[in-house]
Amino acid sequence: MTQITPELVKEHGLTEGEYARIKRLLNREPSFVELGIFSVMWSEHCSYKSTRFHLRKLPTKAPWVLQGPGENAGVIDIGDGDACIFKMESHNHPSFIEPYQGAATGVGGIMRDVFTMGARPIAMMNALRFGEPSHPKTRHLVEGVVRGIGGYGNCMGVPTVGGEVNFHRSYNGNILVNAMCVGLAKANNIFLSAAKGAGNPVVYIGSKTGRDGIHGATMASAEFDDASDEKRPTVQVGDPFTEKLLLEACLELMATDAIIAIQDMGAAGLTSSSAEMGDKGGSGIELDLDKVPQREANMTAYEMMLSESQERMLAVLKPGREAEAEKIFKKWELDFAVIGITTDTKRLVVKHKGKIEADMPITALSDEAPVLERPYERPAPKVDTTSFDKSKKLMDSLATIIGSPDMASRRWVWEQYDHTVMADTVQRPGGDAAVVRVHGTNKGLAISTDVTPRYCKADPFEGAKQAVAESYRNISAVGALPLAVTDNLNFGNPQKPQIMGEIVGAIDGIGEACRALDYPVIGGNCSLYNETNGEGILPTPAIGGVGLMKDVHRMATVALKREGDALLLIGETRGHLGQSIYLREVEGREDGGAPPVDLKVERKHGEFVRKLIEDGRVDTVHDCSDGGLLSALAEMALAGNIGVDVGVAGTTVDAIPFFFGEDQARYVLAVPAKEADKIEGELREAGIIHALIGKTIAEKVVRVEREGEVSIAALRKAHEGWFPTYMSAPHTN
Amino acid sequence: MKSAVIVFPASNCDRDAQTALKQLTGKDPHMVWHQDSALPDVDLVVLPGGFSYGDYLRCGAMASQSSVMKAVKAHAEKGGAVVGICNGFQVLTETHLLPGALMRNADLKFVCRPVKLTVEETQSAFTRKYSKGQQITVPVAHGEGNYFADEETLNRLEGENRVAFRYAEGDNPNGSARNIAGILNEKRNVLGLMPHPERVVDPLLGGEDGKALFQSLIETLS
Repeated sequence: MTQITPELVKEHGLTEGEYARIKRLLNREPSFVELGIFSVMWSEHCSYKSTRFHLRKLPTKAPWVLQGPGENAGVIDIGDGDACIFKMESHNHPSFIEPYQGAATGVGGIMRDVFTMGARPIAMMNALRFGEPSHPKTRHLVEGVVRGIGGYGNCMGVPTVGGEVNFHRSYNGNILVNAMCVGLAKANNIFLSAAKGAGNPVVYIGSKTGRDGIHGATMASAEFDDASDEKRPTVQVGDPFTEKLLLEACLELMATDAIIAIQDMGAAGLTSSSAEMGDKGGSGIELDLDKVPQREANMTAYEMMLSESQERMLAVLKPGREAEAEKIFKKWELDFAVIGITTDTKRLVVKHKGKIEADMPITALSDEAPVLERPYERPAPKVDTTSFDKSKKLMDSLATIIGSPDMASRRWVWEQYDHTVMADTVQRPGGDAAVVRVHGTNKGLAISTDVTPRYCKADPFEGAKQAVAESYRNISAVGALPLAVTDNLNFGNPQKPQIMGEIVGAIDGIGEACRALDYPVIGGNCSLYNETNGEGILPTPAIGGVGLMKDVHRMATVALKREGDALLLIGETRGHLGQSIYLREVEGREDGGAPPVDLKVERKHGEFVRKLIEDGRVDTVHDCSDGGLLSALAEMALAGNIGVDVGVAGTTVDAIPFFFGEDQARYVLAVPAKEADKIEGELREAGIIHALIGKTIAEKVVRVEREGEVSIAALRKAHEGWFPTYMSAPHTN
Repeated sequence: MKSAVIVFPASNCDRDAQTALKQLTGKDPHMVWHQDSALPDVDLVVLPGGFSYGDYLRCGAMASQSSVMKAVKAHAEKGGAVVGICNGFQVLTETHLLPGALMRNADLKFVCRPVKLTVEETQSAFTRKYSKGQQITVPVAHGEGNYFADEETLNRLEGENRVAFRYAEGDNPNGSARNIAGILNEKRNVLGLMPHPERVVDPLLGGEDGKALFQSLIETLS
């Protein structure tokens, strides 16, 4: 019998107060196994103790939301009896320690969250953030993470259709790997995790349990220091082959009506899956660990309950259906074992070798888990009083920006991902949003991940609003109706009031934007303690948005398509240079305030642009964001290999802020000349600020009146060159 | 034309092949499980892309030992048509229905992108609807597509006009010997290729250059 000492309690990441609470809830000292179970269930990662209070403020409902937060993933109705299930989740800490396996198992975990609900995954996205390119670890981490995502996703046969990659020194010691999975199911065949009823068999399916990943959730709830590399043994090892079999076997079982509840074993493995299923079902669960398929000899109850071995699921079946289920899993050559039974005691009971190792009320792990209202300080938002150096040459700046680490083409990344498998990818990586067709229909799902962390640092509230607004814009820019988001909140240590202030500000910003845009949050994930030696990351509330396109034949892309099109800028350009890519890349300054977001205007502009695309009148649209108007135009020229000739007609704003300012709610459209007048008339009527800024031309150049021109070839060299050149340089460590 | 698609554990382009065949033949292909020891009565067998058996041991190596492959071999020996796409090509070389081997891509990275191919040979059931020298664009998506064979074999393949598709000059994505993208067996009833024709049978997905391969088969085998 292991003696519970104060040191042991501390090693388990529990405070003295929390330990006292455990003793109160149990009316006794916990056993060693129980201590381990409390440790993971009450960890930040599993309990959301720092954020739960604030997350309640988010809008989560809409007529099309079939399932909001609280299940493995959120579900929306996309018509015709179809449902879309999606979620984004972080795997930051493990990916920093072991980039290939960390990223791979992040992909595997989020896919299980989606297919455990009855969906076939149909698209993956990733929001990745790395340290500055010159940091000795960055290249190695980029290489490993990208290979890990590809290694897992490609084998699963699910297209990885896009995402984000950014670099900033604040991520030097804490990279972010946020993976999003989108799946497709029938609305009347969604599987939940509530283990209702007593006397039902609890079955274990998938891979065997080993000693990998023990206390992964606890690791993910702590800061790093210089010794963090020693935590490598807590990173799990992924096996996409088994996951692919598990996916097919689960979908086959789900076609029967044998399942009462099912849940993947993610963070905290057997512990959290059994506790959550019992909790949601209002039942108890009794597990017999002797029955658990084991990969290693002599595993203890503690190890089995806390193992984070991958590719495992826990399900509760209707009594008498075990043989039918077992037959399916045997066909797919996966482990299947009845390891327990549901009870009416509302207790989690764990037996091993004839001994009761744990016997605790399930509510102690869920409802009674601490909810903290941590003190916070809302930082005063930075005001934008940015001046700029008027001597800089506009076209030189464009070449610099388009070839900078954050703006250069990500082709090096996405060519390592199979993005066309499943033969439904109708818009590939590189556009505003990726679009996958709903198999066998003309409907499409548009997907985008967005956040601009430098804005969030300057002003967490406006920055988070901007993340949602940009998501809404990207989905609208391809012609889809934004329906719902998943949020992945990546922050530093919440015990610091300034960091907690960033968290609260960002959640409030997301809430305000999602309400104004009818864009509810249907699930998400928090990753806190992204700090190394006391240095936190930029606040990074990543937003994964999904929209519905009625007809994939009416879709816009960023690529220019014809010479002689009129270039139409929708939205007001005041020339907001604060926190812009321009200031950072050209003047070397991270200065000023975040651009303000007017949500009413965002919505109005989004609706206008979407209607033009849906009506088949416009097929070329790009949102204006990082790098401003001229970067957007250059990206459109690069994608279509067609030139542009533009000017600053009718504005009092100087050329530099006009072309590189990052004002929000703006879109660039290339419209056939004969449509331009008519669309302008409609814009005037709608009271939408807009400007005809130029046209597409035969010459392969980006030309700005009075400023000069740069060839598309030169821009392409800069744009396509950065990533491969950077990655092929010799490793520095 | 009656067709079958073989499903190995972790095949993942089986549905894509099924969808393309259904679209172009109007009939659902038989989906045949790897543990089956007999094939239904079909004219064409497709070995789809994917990661059969997780690519463990060597790509295609374990699939080549599966019970269904005995039936596929027998089908090929009787002159039945077999096409192996991507992982299917790897299975065909491991089964020795085609010569050579597919090694890791020269730059050691998985690559997914459209590539330009030249149709080298139109005298086959798979390629007759293309024209000789025609340039087509078909996506690849693989980590091990670097075709290798000894000089004698390569010379023989070329001499017998058994190189069906070649990567266009300057667009070889994997370092394949002599830019080889797809080859025929001696009897010209077995084709293996790394690019994915089943992903380009719909203009919305980036082209229809894969259609002629299936149409060639339909014309020959119907």
